[in-house]
Amino acid sequence: MSVALPKVAASEPSNRIGYRSFRLGKFELSRDEYFVTVHWPAKGARRSHQLPADAFLRACMRDVAWNFFYGWVNFDHVIGTRNHYGKVDFYAGTFNGTLKAAGVDYLEQFDSEHIMATFKAMLRDWVNEGFDPFAAPVETGSAFGPKQGDNLGAIERTRIATRRMPGLPGDSPLRDDMAINRAFADVPQDEPEIHAEPGFEGQLHAFSLFKYLSRSDVTWNPSVTAVCKASLACPTTEEYILPVFHGNDRVEWFIQLSDEIVWDVADKNTGAPRARVTMKAGDVAAMPADIRHQGYSTKRSMLYVWENVTPGLPQRYESGELPPYPVEF
Amino acid sequence: MQVHTVFGSLADYTKGSIELVSGEARHYVFSNIFEVAATSKPYERIVVGKNMEYVQEVMRAEGVSPWFACGHDEFALCMDGEITVDFIKMKDPPDAEKNGAVLLGEAPEGPRMGHVKLRRGHQVLLAAGNAYRFTADRTGVLLQQTVLGELSVQKWREICLL
Repeated sequence: MSVALPKVAASEPSNRIGYRSFRLGKFELSRDEYFVTVHWPAKGARRSHQLPADAFLRACMRDVAWNFFYGWVNFDHVIGTRNHYGKVDFYAGTFNGTLKAAGVDYLEQFDSEHIMATFKAMLRDWVNEGFDPFAAPVETGSAFGPKQGDNLGAIERTRIATRRMPGLPGDSPLRDDMAINRAFADVPQDEPEIHAEPGFEGQLHAFSLFKYLSRSDVTWNPSVTAVCKASLACPTTEEYILPVFHGNDRVEWFIQLSDEIVWDVADKNTGAPRARVTMKAGDVAAMPADIRHQGYSTKRSMLYVWENVTPGLPQRYESGELPPYPVEF
Repeated sequence: MQVHTVFGSLADYTKGSIELVSGEARHYVFSNIFEVAATSKPYERIVVGKNMEYVQEVMRAEGVSPWFACGHDEFALCMDGEITVDFIKMKDPPDAEKNGAVLLGEAPEGPRMGHVKLRRGHQVLLAAGNAYRFTADRTGVLLQQTVLGELSVQKWREICLL
């Protein structure tokens, strides 16, 4: 039986620098030594936007790894994606107040498989040998320059799904065989002591979450560590800048487990700044359903991201059935 | 270069802040786990995060708690101190449809399953239908992922930045 694969529209490699260019609907995307350039049609003209290649690749990597995530993944203040769970919008200027008001924005919707295949093809072609878009800048090589090899191992990491809690029989593995990250060299590596009575061996379960997080080899990439019905604990380790401005289609919560992250919070639709939220170890804060946010973490930190995956939430928030703020007081 | 990872504790924590451009600080429901635990009664379940019916509760772990149980899985993360969790396999567990932990008080009927000793950063599964009890020789802090229930205490105006 043959399976129809989504068709990726790609050029032949450039004679000069070696990279392919891509088409996604009426969008054209290309990269050179330093920049990714996006073109789109608006108001009878061909519009353009540039962003640094490393920033584009880090954002694109998260969009792929997160399967377009919950809501909006703004690569920067102009371009990004919106997840409709089966369909995905790619847009330029649509969620930038000034470009939208000027009418020079453009949005096109695609089947998820088609845009995913195109993004993966871009990553395979545009990520050079030695550059890992998941890694902190001090832990990886340069994204810049003409095409030089690839780094398929870094961009095609297998996403591990957790059904209940890591380490349980048949569930996702712990990270005992992974190295302790340099920034968490001082994190204790002891595990909980489990003392089961005879007959109850294997029925009690615990693990060191801080040890588990200290061995993460990626940044800004949540992993599920506890499932309570539709409530998911998704802790992650953060260093440098969240490569996207995440626009919420539901309320999301952050619990700062270690160190400090500063969040820029802006209006979801226009990008107008709303607040800067500084979270220190032990702080808890909600990200309302009508904002976008981007975080900064100088020292690699541990962040507990908490998500609600109850079906239908985006529609309930968008319709106004649910208020954007999680608690009234 | 010397690495120093900062974890908070009851004895040493610093609460963050919000610089507003527009809107209100309360929209971010901003609190601090250690500050909440420092001002709570032992094993009072203070809600610090609420996402519809789902909650994150903070408990000040001090001495021996009553026995609790729940009809669904819960998860407790030790944020400070050393805490022992004892388990009993309940003969008559709570209804799986009932949300949140319930107070049993005395030890329920059923065999002892064993215990787990937690230190900072350790997460334990409080599996559906197993009764559990906490013991802390020195005061500690637990963060519990669960569902809003009859023991959940909401006092947002007292704990959040306004």
